[in-house]
Amino acid sequence: MPFDIQTVVSIASYGGAGICMGLGAVGAALGVGYTGGLANKALSQKPEASGTIVKNMLIGQAIAESAAIFALVIAVLLIYLSPPATNLLTASALGAAGLCMGFGAIGSGVGSGFPAGEVCLAIVRQPAISGRLTTNMLIGSAVCQTPAIFAMVVALMLMFLNVNNLSVNPTWAALLGAGLSTGLAAIGSGLGGGLAGGASVSGIARQPETFGKVTTIMLVGQAVSQTPAIFGLLVSFILMFKAFPETTSIAAPMALLGAGISMGFGGIGPGIGNGFTAQSAVKWVARNVEASGILTRVMLVGQAVSQSTAIYAMVVSLVLIFVV
Amino acid sequence: MAIEGAELVKAAAFIGAGLAMGLGAIGPGVGEGFVGGKACEAIGKKPEEAGLLTRTMLVAQAVSESTGIYSLVVALLLLFVV
Repeated sequence: MPFDIQTVVSIASYGGAGICMGLGAVGAALGVGYTGGLANKALSQKPEASGTIVKNMLIGQAIAESAAIFALVIAVLLIYLSPPATNLLTASALGAAGLCMGFGAIGSGVGSGFPAGEVCLAIVRQPAISGRLTTNMLIGSAVCQTPAIFAMVVALMLMFLNVNNLSVNPTWAALLGAGLSTGLAAIGSGLGGGLAGGASVSGIARQPETFGKVTTIMLVGQAVSQTPAIFGLLVSFILMFKAFPETTSIAAPMALLGAGISMGFGGIGPGIGNGFTAQSAVKWVARNVEASGILTRVMLVGQAVSQSTAIYAMVVSLVLIFVV
Repeated sequence: MAIEGAELVKAAAFIGAGLAMGLGAIGPGVGEGFVGGKACEAIGKKPEEAGLLTRTMLVAQAVSESTGIYSLVVALLLLFVV
């Protein structure tokens, strides 16, 4: 059987579709399951509030599920798109799109489950303010989805990138690196944002009068947790849109792939760490609202230090792209 | 296309630098965030000790940072020295 370009592109797009949906289902399934578990716990404590609890469980699960739906969309596109293949870069771009969306959906799926689960328990504690709790949960979960949306944006760009005039040798690795960078970095940010969102919902249920301050610090904490995903997105854009001269060497593509790996893995830890810091800060602003000023400051300092390794990873990526 | 030995070594060094910094950044990131979270918890309980707790948090984070710096050093060695 002869291996023409079309065959290689088909292998990449079908393989990418499988990886995309397989990995993409992991996070959402965990998040939705966590929500369902906490909803059952809540129902056992207050069966008479079942209507509100189940309604909130379903809303929260729908948001957590959206990460998997993004992965499904990309996987279906990869299967049915079958673009006209003119060179091998198409194969690399389609495989990278699958990897990017698959990894990118994990963090957001798990993360969105935390606020969605906490809202069920929160309604048991404060049934009178269930509307407010739902609003807070929706804000928190929506911010958790942004890393998955970044991953979808990069996946779509990779799929529809015009690769005809690009040099094949280093660019195949640049496209793979672009997919890995955003996809992997999104894992940490999605999880971290979810930790802050969950703490916010349960904090408001404890002290409803702190609603404004708790929501504010949750959003600040989540925004800082998102930065590793934004670094990943930046490195992906550079890798996708910088023109690399044609070369026969193996070192040049490996440097670009290494740039994606460095930023991708490097974003995971700081994203989760920032989420831990934000979680505790949000929790304690709700319990001790007089200390909210000092807590916000210490949270930001702690997150900034935790961010430093993501910055090192970005520096190494940029050195790999621009210097060596 | 013939691949020469020196090329292959360079390629491995680049991938190794990416892996060293990427994987090496996971642990310090999570660990420092955990320290930051615990510091916020402690300040929530005792806001009057905020100065001491912030200093302790920064010292602990600096120690936790060291493995991240080792990764950075190894990555830069792989990029520029090897």
